[in-house]
Amino acid sequence: MSRTLFDKIWDAHVIDDLGEGWALLHIDRHLLHDLSGPPALQNLADRGLPVHNPELCFATPDHIVSSQPGRTGDTYEKGRRLWAGLHDGALANRIHLFDLGQPGQGIVHVMGPEMGVVLPGLSVVCGDSHTGTNGGVGALAFGIGSSEAVHVLATQTLRQRKPKRMRITFKGNPGPAITAKDMILHTLARLGASAGVGHAIEFAGPVVRGLDVEARLTLCNLATELGAKMSMVAPDETTFDYLRGRPFAPAGSAFDRAVADWRALVGDEDAVFDREEVLDLTGIAPTVTWGTSPDQAISIEERIPDPALEPDMGRREEYRAALEYMGLRAGDAILGTPVDWVFIGSCANSRLSDLRAAANIATGRQVAAGVTAWVVPGSEQVKRAAEEEGLDRVFMEAGFAWREPGCSMCVAANGEQVPPGARAVSTSNRNFVGRQGPGARTHLASPAMAVAAAIAGELTDVRRL
Amino acid sequence: MEPFATLRGRAAPLMRANLDTDVIIRIERLTQLGRDELGKYAFEAIRYLESGRPNPAFTPGHPRFAGAPILIAADNFGCGSSREGAVWALQGMGFRCLITPGYGDIFRNNCFQNGVLPITLPADQVNELAVLAEQGREFHVDLNQCRIRVGDHQWLFEIDALRRQMLLEGLDEIALTLRGDEAALAWQDMDRKRRPWAWPDKVATR
Repeated sequence: MSRTLFDKIWDAHVIDDLGEGWALLHIDRHLLHDLSGPPALQNLADRGLPVHNPELCFATPDHIVSSQPGRTGDTYEKGRRLWAGLHDGALANRIHLFDLGQPGQGIVHVMGPEMGVVLPGLSVVCGDSHTGTNGGVGALAFGIGSSEAVHVLATQTLRQRKPKRMRITFKGNPGPAITAKDMILHTLARLGASAGVGHAIEFAGPVVRGLDVEARLTLCNLATELGAKMSMVAPDETTFDYLRGRPFAPAGSAFDRAVADWRALVGDEDAVFDREEVLDLTGIAPTVTWGTSPDQAISIEERIPDPALEPDMGRREEYRAALEYMGLRAGDAILGTPVDWVFIGSCANSRLSDLRAAANIATGRQVAAGVTAWVVPGSEQVKRAAEEEGLDRVFMEAGFAWREPGCSMCVAANGEQVPPGARAVSTSNRNFVGRQGPGARTHLASPAMAVAAAIAGELTDVRRL
Repeated sequence: MEPFATLRGRAAPLMRANLDTDVIIRIERLTQLGRDELGKYAFEAIRYLESGRPNPAFTPGHPRFAGAPILIAADNFGCGSSREGAVWALQGMGFRCLITPGYGDIFRNNCFQNGVLPITLPADQVNELAVLAEQGREFHVDLNQCRIRVGDHQWLFEIDALRRQMLLEGLDEIALTLRGDEAALAWQDMDRKRRPWAWPDKVATR
């Protein structure tokens, strides 16, 4: 029987068929961060159980640590306990730890691919919903809760029900100003925040093939906001080139052996998906969100939609509440909406290519008066590479703060918040109520669009700069 | 885990689509509080006014729903972050059963892990139940029969047999899986030969 790429990777990890679509799956990589990691390690210790395969676990602090220049594990005092919990728990269990200041430290979903910890065809979990990001290199990666994380630590397996298969194919010619972020925000607006629930998504088509690995990671990162726990792009030469020489990737002949296996990671041509969506990206414009769910997105040229036109009761109430929270009016242009904060970072858009795109717009320009703008690189490696290219100076000369790697203001777990009522343009993935701080109003956008907003002091079309 | 078999009581309606786990429990409550302290902070952004007083628009906060063990919500409930604290916060408010047209995948898994029953029904049936909930009717939920009963009317729901058994018996998944650990170890031995590149050769040092 014909199988999709997802079927093949799933099947290759089934230890035991539990019936009714359920399987006991082997987990090849378990990534831990400072928010969900410490309680899971503690729970395991409380049960008196050892870590089943510490060599398959990789930990790094990202959520709870300060991004302030010169920070240590206790710069954010309320986070010290969690940072120390991850540190001590990793050491006690002989788990790889990439600690502050070391290559490998950073947002867990930036670290995985960049260190070669995550590879095509591996099953990867993390107590974090954006784990699907790692599907950008062709891994079967998904987020789990704390109880499931303890299960993986104790057994190196998970009981999972196989999701349905969904393919999203991008075709057409999106034009040079359109980034992966615009493509996926456009997709969210078209398909909605629950389109991917219960599905594993494969992104396909010529547009996707033409994207570099970092852009693919962005696509898969925001597929989470479609409701899909896991999403992937079939690995290809672009992927193999990206992974060659990474610290934890196989080296020498082992790499060649791996590539030979990875070349088989393609779906059968006649494989059937439970759901197929084809999106023509020709002519789409840079896209931003207007509301409090990532699917409430429109092109920068559009007007804010009217909740009264929504037929569904729950949706109508959601739109009404979103407009009220965001302080926006139906029918107004989104262009020209004044902005107070700009955040460039997060597991969606904090990699070197994102920072290059942002710096390209920032070069020779100035952040508008009254706007606070931050750049938080995704990892220590990204930070060092950006500094080597002088991107930090570009940002600082333009009036951006250049900070230490971590999740920072995307999730605001480390106390770095957008103030109540302030409006932020953020390159992150969630515009939820209170996500960036109580009362904070978030517009999601690409790095280039975020820099453009910082410079204009309002939402603007980067193509006009 | 506390077993779940039957439940009776009122149901509180909260009919707004895509209510995410950030709204269910704010991240700093999770970093600063224990799991038993989260109940009063559940939904805080929409539950309280700026003054700290209850927001009258937040129906589950009305006194007549105090102690209601069932929450009825709109589609894609619990989307977003994987934080299991969202379930603990709902439990802290007293909920042990949810009825919606759909859930975030990870949130739904987390419910089962904590003895909370997440029932999925078609949207029109959920809307019917929301009306009955609003009227303060008593709901009877029976996991043995996979049935919700309100007065003389009943609604049947489906649930995976594995999930149902785990809830009914309050089983511990980890203990269950570890009983079959030999199969996992054998699989690993086979895989080290099949995919040597999948096994990192660097070992963490103390």
